[in-house]
Amino acid sequence: MKSSFFTLISKEFLAEWRQRYALNGMLLYIISTIFVCYLSFNIKNTDLQLVTWNALFWIIILFTSINSIAKSFIQENEGRLLYYYSLASPQHIILSKIVYYGTIMTILSFAGYFFYSFVMGNPIQDLTMFALVVLLASFGLSSALTMLSGIASKAPNSTSLIAILSFPVLLPLLLVIIKASKNAMDGINRSLYMDDILLLVAINAIIVAVSYMLFPYLWRS
Amino acid sequence: MKKKWWKILCVALLSYALLGGLLFEVPRLGILNETIRNLHFHVPMWFGMIILLTTSVVYSIKYLSSNDLAKDRMAVEFANAGVLLGILGILTGAFWANYTWGEPWSGDPKQNSAAICLLIYFAYLILRNSLEDQQQRARISSIYNIFAFAAMIPLLFILPRMTDSSLHPGNGGNPGFNAYDMDSRLRLVFYPAVIGWTLLGVWLVSQRVRMRKIQTALED
Repeated sequence: MKSSFFTLISKEFLAEWRQRYALNGMLLYIISTIFVCYLSFNIKNTDLQLVTWNALFWIIILFTSINSIAKSFIQENEGRLLYYYSLASPQHIILSKIVYYGTIMTILSFAGYFFYSFVMGNPIQDLTMFALVVLLASFGLSSALTMLSGIASKAPNSTSLIAILSFPVLLPLLLVIIKASKNAMDGINRSLYMDDILLLVAINAIIVAVSYMLFPYLWRS
Repeated sequence: MKKKWWKILCVALLSYALLGGLLFEVPRLGILNETIRNLHFHVPMWFGMIILLTTSVVYSIKYLSSNDLAKDRMAVEFANAGVLLGILGILTGAFWANYTWGEPWSGDPKQNSAAICLLIYFAYLILRNSLEDQQQRARISSIYNIFAFAAMIPLLFILPRMTDSSLHPGNGGNPGFNAYDMDSRLRLVFYPAVIGWTLLGVWLVSQRVRMRKIQTALED
């Protein structure tokens, strides 16, 4: 049974590699969004406040993740999904999707961060902690969105539904992320915001556990 | 007319809470003054909302394990009643905050959490309406209900307590009501009000569920 999980993951990566335009498209999406923000704020003339830098970065990441992960179930055609379900258990399918999209989202977030700091300046003082926050955030956002995209894909107007469904669910996660990343940015003593990091890990664990339990009911329909 | 006793109890408790909340003697405190009476209206509504929404999730879990559409009907009506109490709670809170904090909406962490919580349930109701097939609608929305509730727990109970910036009594250095109320006078009205509002919600649910049953019977 274990092997089917790894086969599914490698299948996701292989499928992605064969249609590289999708990943490149996501990269271009995040870069052009950052560029739009950069030009809108007209950074050279006005200094961006730290709070704005932080909030803007995470809003960009939020929209990128919604746009790139929304396709995880919505774009799979029904026949192929049925074929997966006859081969592997639903738990393995959702876990492989979470791992896959978590990895993709991590790559996208870091790429986004490098470009963002390139044009908007880099005020981060505690880079290691910031990287940890980005990693946890990418996995949290993508695991919640994978499940939500599975839910939305069952409804007819799924592309607009995914935004409505995901914003309120992702908001608490986003608030913790923004708080932790602001602390990392200010470089305050790590022990002072370890609570936030632990809370992020806990929320991640809750989301993955709930998805793992609920997904079998979702695919039955 | 069986099971009528709890409806009478509901009316009695709410009338008692209304009269007692407005007429009983309350502790005299700066800033809060007479607005402390809102404790008997605003806070019990939140308690009632949380009880009703939790019941809704329990019915969603029951639906998933039994595939019985009646359970799903209960889940959605409990969510509806919870949303109603939530809106009332946000309105009474904003009204109170207007006099004590100086503005109806001051970005308090608890206010924000409450607003997000309502957004989640609005999304739940929209998701339901966008699905046509009854069984599928029941299953998908039950899954979203449980999923969103699991994501909401850290939001509603942990986040406001992690920040020290809440203006609510009991947070951020503001003394809680327990500190004011040494002789439990407030509690004498507060707990009956919690039960009263919850019962009112349950009453509403039972009426709506009966209405839906008749509607589906008529449609068939």
